[in-house]
Amino acid sequence: MPLPYYVSPEQMMKDKAEYARKGIARGRSIVALEYEDGILLVAENPSTLLHKISEIYDRIAFAGVGKYNEFENLRIAGVRHADLKGYSYCREDVTAKALANAYSQALGNIFTEGLKPFEVEILVVELADGANGKNEMYHIVYDGSIEDERNYAAMGGQAEEIRRFLKEHYREGLALTEAVRLGIRALTVTQNKTLTERDLEVAVLDRKRERRKFRRIANGELRAILGRPEPSEGSRPMGTS
Amino acid sequence: MHEPWQGLFGQYVGTSFVDLLRQQAPDLLASQPLDGVAQTRTEPHGVLGIPSGTTILALRYADGVIVAGDRQATEGYQVAHRRIEKVYKTDEHSVIAIAGAAGPAIEMARLFQTELEHYEKVEGDGLSLEGKANKLGQMIRMNLPMAMQGLVVVPIFAGYDLRRAEGRIFKYDVTGGRYEETDYYATGSGGKDARNTLKRLFRAGASREEGLRWTAEALVDAAEEDVGTGGPDFVHGIFPTVKVVTRAGFEDVPEGEVRAQCEAVVAARRQGS
Repeated sequence: MPLPYYVSPEQMMKDKAEYARKGIARGRSIVALEYEDGILLVAENPSTLLHKISEIYDRIAFAGVGKYNEFENLRIAGVRHADLKGYSYCREDVTAKALANAYSQALGNIFTEGLKPFEVEILVVELADGANGKNEMYHIVYDGSIEDERNYAAMGGQAEEIRRFLKEHYREGLALTEAVRLGIRALTVTQNKTLTERDLEVAVLDRKRERRKFRRIANGELRAILGRPEPSEGSRPMGTS
Repeated sequence: MHEPWQGLFGQYVGTSFVDLLRQQAPDLLASQPLDGVAQTRTEPHGVLGIPSGTTILALRYADGVIVAGDRQATEGYQVAHRRIEKVYKTDEHSVIAIAGAAGPAIEMARLFQTELEHYEKVEGDGLSLEGKANKLGQMIRMNLPMAMQGLVVVPIFAGYDLRRAEGRIFKYDVTGGRYEETDYYATGSGGKDARNTLKRLFRAGASREEGLRWTAEALVDAAEEDVGTGGPDFVHGIFPTVKVVTRAGFEDVPEGEVRAQCEAVVAARRQGS
């Protein structure tokens, strides 16, 4: 039996990281912004069926960039983790922190032990509980590194540029309309095109809602926020889904 | 197939929360008969030492369904609780009302709520009303071993079917058998009395006002005839739980409105006698 080639651990990790980063850089970006009533998530996503932003639990949302099947696996695992915990203890005991840690562990293990690292970056955000609490935003990358972000977060291919843009333009206490517009401007900061409501997936964790705070902003509402007229061909906005 | 990430989140692949529990936390599923516990003694109003006794009802009206229940739990010949809730919102367009042994029934309602929400989140889309009704049937069948020991749970499930654009009512038997009712249904220890009242009053296409009035009539009748059912309690200010589900979704009928209906029913009877 031939001996396997020797590859130094440093080289192996570097190769894996480069591989994962390349995959993620191809993906379109996502931004998260805190606004006056909660947290807003905006993604460039022309598909209305394959979501990048989803609900995990009452106050927790999830966003992923990179390879769809991989972050989709992580999302479902997160829903299971949350529902199992909420059912065995209490709904309040489900926290983004515990979930983000579990994701971090899982991604870290895959990165070191797996043949191929996950080409994903994910964001787990939690709306503050009550008036005094703080919103939480955890950004977890392919190798399991985890960071908590404040006010805004960005991930995907152009994350650096977007972050720089938001650092300049973000301010606290934005209204929803302002936040959506800022989010969209941030997504287009590196590209020379305008995004219409059809290219976007937008959702919020809205403090004013009952128990389940997650809400998708449908095309019709988004169009109104962007101040665009109704399309002329008479297509109706989507109903409740 | 074992994926590295599954170590943290388990091996289960599927969309059912109940199946997930069965695989990963079977101790949280109380469906196994208890070893060493003989058949519990059944009393006229429930198993000894286990709160039960109920009247729950559902009826269709023009815009959807009304689901209601009294507030009393009975333990043998004693009142165990005066303010228990027997009607629960399961999602935006459906409601479950529970009758039978209180502990397992409330647990089943909670599990069913989680099941529907879990499915909706994993799949990105809710189950059809019929799908929800079938799932509940399976969960009742799972409870059969406990039912054989006397811990019977028989709910009513009702909701608004968005595809058919109408309210629908499902009743169940102990074995999980599922039957659809077209007009109204009531069950629990006072169910028969409530059904008699509804049979007399019901006609299709009623307004919300009429539906709520019949609901109050039926619950007052049940409370008069059945010791396990609590009537409207003007002394402590305890009134039946009433919920409606329409195309627009779930709605709690405000207590003031329920109270007004109960007062009207009682006032009419006072005049009659």
